[in-house]
Amino acid sequence: MAKMTPNTVSARKHVDTMALVTRNLGKRKRAEWRFRAYGVAAILFGFACLLILFSDIIAKGHGAFFQTQVYVQVPLNAQRLQITDPSSTAQLAKANYDSVIEQGLIEDQMRINGAIGSTAADKRQLLNLISTGAVYTVEETLSDTPSLLNQTVGVWLVADDDVDNYVKSLGHSGEGISGRLSQQQQGWVDNWIAHEQVRQAFNTTFFTSGDSREPEQAGIRSALMGSLFMLLVTIGLSFPIGIAAAIYLEEYAPKNGLTDFIEVNINNLAAVPSIIFGLLGLAIFIGFFDMPRSIPLVGGLVLTLMTLPTIIISSRAAIKAVPPSIRDAAYGLGASKMQVVLHHVVPLAMPGMLTGAIIGFAQALGETAPLLMIGMVAFIVDVPDNLMDPSSALPVQIFLWADSPERAFVERTSAAIMVLLAFLITMNGLAVWLRHRLGRSHQ
Amino acid sequence: MSTQAMAMRDYIDVVGSSTVYAFSTVVAERFGKSTPFRTPKIESTGSGGGLKLFCQGVGMKYPDVANSSRQIKASEIELCRRNGVNDVVEILIGFDGIVLAQSKVGQRISLTRRELFLALAKNVPNPDGSANTIANPYLNWRDINPSLPEVRIEVLGPPPTSGTRDAFSELVLDYGCHTFAWIADLQAQAKQAQQGGDVKRAGALTHKQRGLCRMLREDGGYIDAGENDNLVVQKLNANPDALGLLGFSFLDQNRDRIQSAEIDGFKPSFASIASGDYPISRPLYVYVKKAHIGMIPGIEAFISEFISDRAAGENGYLSRKGMIPLTKSERQAIAERVKALRPVTH
Repeated sequence: MAKMTPNTVSARKHVDTMALVTRNLGKRKRAEWRFRAYGVAAILFGFACLLILFSDIIAKGHGAFFQTQVYVQVPLNAQRLQITDPSSTAQLAKANYDSVIEQGLIEDQMRINGAIGSTAADKRQLLNLISTGAVYTVEETLSDTPSLLNQTVGVWLVADDDVDNYVKSLGHSGEGISGRLSQQQQGWVDNWIAHEQVRQAFNTTFFTSGDSREPEQAGIRSALMGSLFMLLVTIGLSFPIGIAAAIYLEEYAPKNGLTDFIEVNINNLAAVPSIIFGLLGLAIFIGFFDMPRSIPLVGGLVLTLMTLPTIIISSRAAIKAVPPSIRDAAYGLGASKMQVVLHHVVPLAMPGMLTGAIIGFAQALGETAPLLMIGMVAFIVDVPDNLMDPSSALPVQIFLWADSPERAFVERTSAAIMVLLAFLITMNGLAVWLRHRLGRSHQ
Repeated sequence: MSTQAMAMRDYIDVVGSSTVYAFSTVVAERFGKSTPFRTPKIESTGSGGGLKLFCQGVGMKYPDVANSSRQIKASEIELCRRNGVNDVVEILIGFDGIVLAQSKVGQRISLTRRELFLALAKNVPNPDGSANTIANPYLNWRDINPSLPEVRIEVLGPPPTSGTRDAFSELVLDYGCHTFAWIADLQAQAKQAQQGGDVKRAGALTHKQRGLCRMLREDGGYIDAGENDNLVVQKLNANPDALGLLGFSFLDQNRDRIQSAEIDGFKPSFASIASGDYPISRPLYVYVKKAHIGMIPGIEAFISEFISDRAAGENGYLSRKGMIPLTKSERQAIAERVKALRPVTH
């Protein structure tokens, strides 16, 4: 048996390794491919869920952006209106618009239909096809042009929500959901459609008015303003407080037991269920400081307490990520500690801090549970003007509408969700843009 | 700042029951639009939570009006009194029906309250007639009564925290349960013990009776479907065999999809609920703090709108929202009491 030279041994070994590598290469490549595929699958799964959610919400909610209107010739008879002077706002406010609308509807059906039943119940059924808010349309018409008194004018009146549902479902599937409409009422609506007296107009009410129990008059304005006011309070308080706390804890605080204790507590608070913050707010702001219930100021304060831990934690992480070399260089040039922090560390950490803060605000925007305790789950019609006016919030509005028996609130619930999502997307877009901008200006 | 804001409250503050919320919001909205006063703020806190807030005291920071889907309890009046709220005016505004609904596709079922109790209780009286119970053996409606359809027992209903569930327990389960003489006897014994001064025995007997009557089965016959009635409507639509407990206004809004089961031979309708023939309905109350009248603008006007014919009358706008109105004479009696602002006494 010939003795192998060291050379041949290493060559043999080399061949073995190569064989091993070639043998395993396919397996490793497949493992690599699978690993990537898992990632892609995870993203696709998330994307599919999002797509299902969005398409469901949009499919249900897009209808709410349009509302059914009916063209009616209304005789603005002074006697029926019980007014004498159409330029007097006091008289206009008290005029009997229901009576002229009813007369207009009766004449209208007589014209296209020949006759309608003459009992009080028939008349009521006819009047019920038009929204109770239609009187304001007529009032507006008359106050815009007082000379129209004693003339007959054609106006587009908002239809009742039952009619709205019926007409929309006719458009979708060809088969009308009658809901609460009687056979007779359906016949009248069909007549209107045949005579092209029905149109779908953009639903401005949805954006300009507050909550209402009549779906066709309900809007998100009061809830949107409430959310906006609360967000202002939350941003104004939690951002400076959170960043100040993070800077102190990261840059100044001595590393001792007390600091550790504070850190553990902040991390704990970030995981506390939001309703606990509502209870805290109820006890402190309403109980101790005697503030009124249901106002955006208290809501904003509660949400501030809730977002503070998130902001502090993410800001500390951002500060930690600033390389020590930057600090050392600044110290080397003779900068004071405050100058180091304010001129170098904070600007570099800002994109990270902002991302954390905006995630915190977005979370606060979608919160309902703590608002329940401080009285913001409420029916608010008047749009709030300031921080002390009672208001609700967007997610609360969604919750209240989802629980309403009226069918037409289904699409309004989804539409309100779309508005909330748009709000959130705007905020997150802002975060990305800010990060991009601030990140670039300091490189 | 806060005291100033308090002194400025110029809107009516209403708290309470989520059932009454659906109706008082309609009144509030009309009131806000047709009078110079601001629209009242209405919180949906539940009857108990609302009355608790209401009884905290007199002053701008406390609510003026409480909605409730049950009568105020003696303990709540006591709480009010302790906090200086002495005169509370009670207004009965109408009734809310609770319906047992099913999909329109299925065949309409007709049940008695005794059958409903047997279908839903966790333990039912021994069918051999002896005074003890066995675990509920009924899986099919036909097992209870041969004339009922051959369909699995499946009832969707509200969670224990709901007022609808309370009313259902009291009006259906207790009633159905007491059709068994030996259980009704337990309650009679409890009453006797209470009168005899044996509070402990009375408590134990009442506890036993409650356990027998109100404990619902957990084997899938009764399904806790959450507080949202719209969800129940959707589930009924998807499952023609299931029954669901709902507020009457949800039936009224969804008549093209669901129908009501007959209870004790009556279908729920405005007429049958108002007359009391249909057995499951509950009164809706509004409580007003007398001390706040004159302090907050518009309370009297708001109350008179609430009990006016155009709101609470037979063809009023509240009935269009599904509230069962009172009869004309009942409404007149209440209007008189409200006019005199006669406070409740228990």
